[in-house]
Amino acid sequence: MMMSTPDSILEVRDLVTAFDTDAGRMTAVDGVSFSVPRGKTLGIVGESGCGKSVTAFSITRLLPQPHGQILGGSIRFEGKDLVTLPLAEMQALRGSAISMIFQEPMTALNPVQTVGRQLGEAILLHEKCSRQAVLSRSIEMLQRVRIPAPETRIHEYPHQLSGGMRQRVMIAMALINKPRLLIADEPTTALDVTVQAQILALISDLQKEMGMSVILITHDLGVIAETCDEVIVMYAGRVVERASVYDLFARPRHAYTRGLLASIPRLDHLPKTRLPAIPGNVPSIENLLPGCRFAERSGLPHSPEQLRIRPTFIEAAPGHWVENCPACTA
Amino acid sequence: MSLLSIQNLKMYFPVRGGVLMRSVASCKAVDGISLDVAKGETVGLVGESGCGKTTLGKAIVRLLKPTEGSISFDGQDITHAGHHALRPMRRHVQMIFQDPAESLNPRHTVRDILEEPFIVQKIGSKAERQTWIAELLDKVGLSSSAADRFPFEFSGGQRQRIGIARAIALKPKLIVCDEPVSALDVSVQSQVLNLLLELQKEMGLSYLFIAHGLNVVKHMSDRVAVMYLGKIMELAPAGELYHNPRHAYSKALLDAIPVPDPALRRPRQLLQGDVPSPINPPEGCAFGHRMNHPRWKESVGMDLTLKEVAPGHWVQPCPCCTS
Repeated sequence: MMMSTPDSILEVRDLVTAFDTDAGRMTAVDGVSFSVPRGKTLGIVGESGCGKSVTAFSITRLLPQPHGQILGGSIRFEGKDLVTLPLAEMQALRGSAISMIFQEPMTALNPVQTVGRQLGEAILLHEKCSRQAVLSRSIEMLQRVRIPAPETRIHEYPHQLSGGMRQRVMIAMALINKPRLLIADEPTTALDVTVQAQILALISDLQKEMGMSVILITHDLGVIAETCDEVIVMYAGRVVERASVYDLFARPRHAYTRGLLASIPRLDHLPKTRLPAIPGNVPSIENLLPGCRFAERSGLPHSPEQLRIRPTFIEAAPGHWVENCPACTA
Repeated sequence: MSLLSIQNLKMYFPVRGGVLMRSVASCKAVDGISLDVAKGETVGLVGESGCGKTTLGKAIVRLLKPTEGSISFDGQDITHAGHHALRPMRRHVQMIFQDPAESLNPRHTVRDILEEPFIVQKIGSKAERQTWIAELLDKVGLSSSAADRFPFEFSGGQRQRIGIARAIALKPKLIVCDEPVSALDVSVQSQVLNLLLELQKEMGLSYLFIAHGLNVVKHMSDRVAVMYLGKIMELAPAGELYHNPRHAYSKALLDAIPVPDPALRRPRQLLQGDVPSPINPPEGCAFGHRMNHPRWKESVGMDLTLKEVAPGHWVQPCPCCTS
């Protein structure tokens, strides 16, 4: 079987997710496969509109209804296929075995409920617990995400907290039931670099403490380099490259990965010089090529076949997979 | 002579409370800043959210009226100038905002958006303006068919190009760029940065470049000012600041940048907590106070005016952060 690792907590195979719109069916995720090794961090990187978040929402089955649907493939979590799992069982998993952190804590938290009430809700949805126990567990969790004075903070509302504090509360909510898989969708994009460093360190500390696996979605390659073990690079709904973080940064094989890496302004660059950029934008999902989707922006000559036939995904070196478009991997 | 010169600028906002809504305290968003921007120069401004970067930018373009201090542009004092007196100056000082989706009128076509500066300044005939709009679109890398479309029809990067076209329409001398690329993807970000660099070369523009992404600021700036709680902690040539930071806050900011190379992973000295509220800022060195530095007490009552420690390299001389 392709890319099967003996000990992975999540295996996604040929996932196809589409949205029904007035203009027809749009395929946002087009045959994506990857696995998350137990206790490790998988990074998903790519520009906005590449299908990163849709992949995450497919795993948690939180796609906007009724427009979003999984059309094919399987998502096996600890052996169970989440795609066909009855809704009640999925709800039991969500927030306990699989949790999610979102980008903007201000919109993900309920503004008219106290921190304590929202944390308590997360506990009570999954188990019967006395009020006293809920309170003490919530306070303990806030302590673990390093919120100072949790006994007073627990009675506050989200607007009384700073951005970094709010993100800590979100992490506390996600982790309070000790999930085995945490999906963090751009958890630090809205934050300052200093707070970003705090939050990333916190996630990785808690990961070690609790032994959980993490999927980290981001468009920041710096964050990927600092935190991930394995990385998949997504472009226009497909995975174009998958490798260990060291291989990916040292030997990127796909032109898209190379382009992304080159366009980061680095501290050792000569200032005020032209940065390498990938021209154009991610193609909109209405008009995608069946073949190599990066052809248009790559600036590399593609043959008509390469534009027509979808490139296969091959293992180019041990553990290093790439979408085998001869033009983009030359 | 510098194009823009700010002397001891203070921008306080009243905090009102009580039954009569009297001013009970003041929020010291910008608290005594002096800074010069020369012609053709880019001065970067970095610091965490809540440090007063945006307030300083808005005071410079005179969207805000400073509480104290002076701003002079092109040799002319504009600190207290009224609407009328400011109008000719507005032509020369423009601003690019962080979120192009919010700073472009959604009900106006790109043509309307780009024509407005000319109408406000009463420049050119109708026909002339149309030619200029076409030139502007070409300059920022948009096709001429973009003119009759609405902002929502564009991607984030393209919208930022429209924002840039509007800012350069009147051939300004200074542009205040407030986080112009923080909402953009890395690949699109470099397209926009390249455009800003090209325009600077072509038009001899000066930039005040505000951002919290330090790698971006380093790439764009000649000199960088590090701001904390309304004050400048350190001001130095970009390369010097990055290779030889003197102030503890600059060091902390630099250390927090994620390095895009897994081979260089290292344990970090994490900066704890958040920027304190500027309503009752601590006395003395505000950063030493946040760090709970043992020598912070010495900085209370000290003269913390920036000192030049190397040519062009200025640092706040507090004993807690620069030892």
